[in-house]
Amino acid sequence: MNRYPVWKYVIILIALVVGVVYTLPNFFGEAPAVQVSAVKVGVKVDSSTKVQVEAVLQTAGLAADVVTLDGNSVKARFGNTETQLKAKDAIQKALIPDPANPNYIVALNLLSRSPTWLTALRAFPMYLGLDLRGGVHFMLQVDMQAALTKKAESLTGDIRTSLREKNVRHSGINRNGQTIEVRFRDAQTLEAAKEILLDQFADLQSVDALDGTDYKLTASIKPVAALRVQTQALKQNITTLHNRINELGVSEPVIQQQGLDRIVVELPGVQDTAKAKDILGRTATLEVRMVDESSEARAAEGGTAAVPFGSERFLERSGQPVIVKKQVILTGENLTDAQPGFDSQTQEAVVNLTLDAKGARIFRDVTRESVGKRMAILLFEKGKGEVVTAPVIRSEIGGGRVQISGRMTAMEATDTALLLRAGSLAAPMEIIEETTIGPSLGAENIAKGFNSVTYGFAAVTVFMCVYYVLFGLFSSISLAVNLLLLVAVLSMLQATLTLPGMAAMALVIGMAIDANVLINERVREELRNGASAQAAIHAGYDRAWATILDSNVTTLIVGLALLTFGSGPVRGFAVVHVLGILTSMFSGVFFSRGLVNLWYGRQNKLKTVSIGTIWRPEPDAPVAPK
Amino acid sequence: MEFFKIKRDIPFMRHAIIFNVVSLVTFLAAVFFLFSRGLHLSVEFTGGTLMEVTYTQPADLNLVRSTVAKLGLNDVQVQNFGTARDVLIRLPVQKGVTSAQQSVQVMAALKAADASAVMRRTEFVGPQVGDELAADGLKALASVVVGIMLYLSIRFEWKFAVAAIIANLHDVVIILGFFAFFQWEFSLPVLAAVLAVLGYSVNESVVIFDRIRENFRRYRKMNTMQIIDSAITSTISRTIITHGSTQMMVLSMLLFGGATLHYFALALTIGILFGIYSSVFVAAAIAMWLGIQREDLIKGGAKKEEDPNDPNAGATV
Repeated sequence: MNRYPVWKYVIILIALVVGVVYTLPNFFGEAPAVQVSAVKVGVKVDSSTKVQVEAVLQTAGLAADVVTLDGNSVKARFGNTETQLKAKDAIQKALIPDPANPNYIVALNLLSRSPTWLTALRAFPMYLGLDLRGGVHFMLQVDMQAALTKKAESLTGDIRTSLREKNVRHSGINRNGQTIEVRFRDAQTLEAAKEILLDQFADLQSVDALDGTDYKLTASIKPVAALRVQTQALKQNITTLHNRINELGVSEPVIQQQGLDRIVVELPGVQDTAKAKDILGRTATLEVRMVDESSEARAAEGGTAAVPFGSERFLERSGQPVIVKKQVILTGENLTDAQPGFDSQTQEAVVNLTLDAKGARIFRDVTRESVGKRMAILLFEKGKGEVVTAPVIRSEIGGGRVQISGRMTAMEATDTALLLRAGSLAAPMEIIEETTIGPSLGAENIAKGFNSVTYGFAAVTVFMCVYYVLFGLFSSISLAVNLLLLVAVLSMLQATLTLPGMAAMALVIGMAIDANVLINERVREELRNGASAQAAIHAGYDRAWATILDSNVTTLIVGLALLTFGSGPVRGFAVVHVLGILTSMFSGVFFSRGLVNLWYGRQNKLKTVSIGTIWRPEPDAPVAPK
Repeated sequence: MEFFKIKRDIPFMRHAIIFNVVSLVTFLAAVFFLFSRGLHLSVEFTGGTLMEVTYTQPADLNLVRSTVAKLGLNDVQVQNFGTARDVLIRLPVQKGVTSAQQSVQVMAALKAADASAVMRRTEFVGPQVGDELAADGLKALASVVVGIMLYLSIRFEWKFAVAAIIANLHDVVIILGFFAFFQWEFSLPVLAAVLAVLGYSVNESVVIFDRIRENFRRYRKMNTMQIIDSAITSTISRTIITHGSTQMMVLSMLLFGGATLHYFALALTIGILFGIYSSVFVAAAIAMWLGIQREDLIKGGAKKEEDPNDPNAGATV
């Protein structure tokens, strides 16, 4: 009656082993480490960097426990902070020859000390939330209206150019908010313009109306296109933020989209909020200038003469100096897009730039006058400029579409396009939520959360063992298994553990014991009513099951609602709550029954069950009289 | 060990009327305080800046107040938090000033006044975020109520669903009443606790309802009131032990969890204490007033004569 088939024990065993393996990494603590990541988009951190770091450590005579390549950073773990500091110095010296112009960030970090075989099984410790480790949290709101207005502005210019090219005469183009109004004298030109719009501007939808004696065409961005503009703006802002945050050398920054127009940035361990804010809000600028091709400048390039008046010296990415005129032709504000591509004739990798109307006009005029000369595209970051590329102008470039080509691989073209796009924000952002948590407070929170779970757990266990004796012990063991599985699942999912999450853990333990109390009380009741020992155990588990299911489903409904609508601390609470309900169903019913079956199931002539006192009403007590 | 030596069913329902009046009075009092005093909403909901600063010696609140006032900030709340050395400063949202800079500015001034001031936590929330959180909270509450009612009416019967929801909203309103009366800070974790109580309290009602259904099947001669009494009596030991264990965990949180978890644990404590009461006296009683009867729960029960496995089949008690 109370026996489990072997396969059920196999499931239990597998669950236990998996639980232990994935919980283990949480106990190893953290070791000092050095992290190497790239500063610029163009610089790649890959396996060759790893080899480089390993070589540096070997020559310096420093033994790293482990050197790993993780995403786009190389991390080396050390036994103590002394070696860590020495290693940082050594790596910094080797990888960054010019401190004024670093390609890499070498930062101190903490890494999990868990052994490599655990890491190979993809068993990582739980990710601790900022309230447990300290750091800064920002929520940024992207001004989507500004992004749309910017798009409308550039489309206005494009329409003007197109109409002129096709010789369609209009009596005025205006941008009114996010709509574009074009006026015409007669119906034919209106029709012609509509055709052009339909043909060349797939992103626009238009309405025409009679406005006094004029014909007016009102064009607006299609909802689908508007959505695309917004997602692109958000993506570009996220890319830009990534680049900027890289410079802070933060070990595990979280930069993610939230909703349609928000970005969450979490910087664990960062205390200097002012610096973080400064870097988040900094604008990188793009500038287009002419290369100074006078003979003095040539000499200055070779390093044999001073830089001529009105010019500046910049370095190309290859390290080649370029003398560029101070006069700025165009800035990044006039650049609307940059995409990698291929030239249709030469099959060379190129970068296609799209300029807005004003930019296009200036560019056409400048290129017409300077065929055969070189033009430099500069990117300014941290107030320091770098020449991204300096191509030769081959012909006049009109229409606002510019192609940059010249000895680029497809990869380099992609990187350059990204660099040009990521240099600036697609739309302005503002910080709408900010939280800073000191590191000591984080450590305190961990200790407090841990204590409340431990003491509460101990109290419940003691009570269960005293009140239900052996069955209480079984319940306590299954409660411990519940905690084990919960931690294992949280680690497996790499869910973020926060203080409310720890609170949920404590609450889940309190509530998980409900299943065992229901069962134990039921078994007692059956025994009280005179059932045999085996039958009582069987009936106890059977009858309690329906109740346990019902009560857990209702709790699950609450958890899921919190998960759907909650944010921040509520979400952290809900994740643990929901997972805890699921693991408690397994441990409270399936696992605890397995224990009981193992202990009692094989005894055919079971007389008593150790479940504490079974109180029975005295049978010879005076029965209520008739 | 056995705490509960109950010989006969306790006639809970005989006193249902009294308890329901008591419930109604506490409920109305809670609603009254909610409206008259309102909830002391945290920065998360109202927007604004919150700073937690710690000093090496007990902090001089007046000095902190005057320092902040010198910066020209109005409506600033300064109070102790946790220990005498920790100070909590709340600044309301100010138009025109990027509040992100506010905290840096205030911190600099505090450091100038007393060099031992150390920033432990700052939080800034824009007003639109606060509004959204409040809206999301209400949405969560509504979906919990609808979800639970749907599940209970499918699994049991609509009368039970209505009874359980009224009983549990009663708990929620009473917790809110406490927070309004004492002007405890109502933050996001407290909201989570309140919703958790809702689920937890439904748990209680479900266990009793389950027993009521079972009793209807087993004891054919009992009337509804006796059935309910018997159901509550036979589950009372479990109700109290479960609540006791959960309360132990929550108490541990209240004692060892520190200031951050204080109100969260407090909301749960009140919720658990009222949950035990409301599921016994409110949920079951309302189900009774709504007129539940055997036919509601046992569909086609008349056809099925006896459960051969039931030891009490046909027995009269």
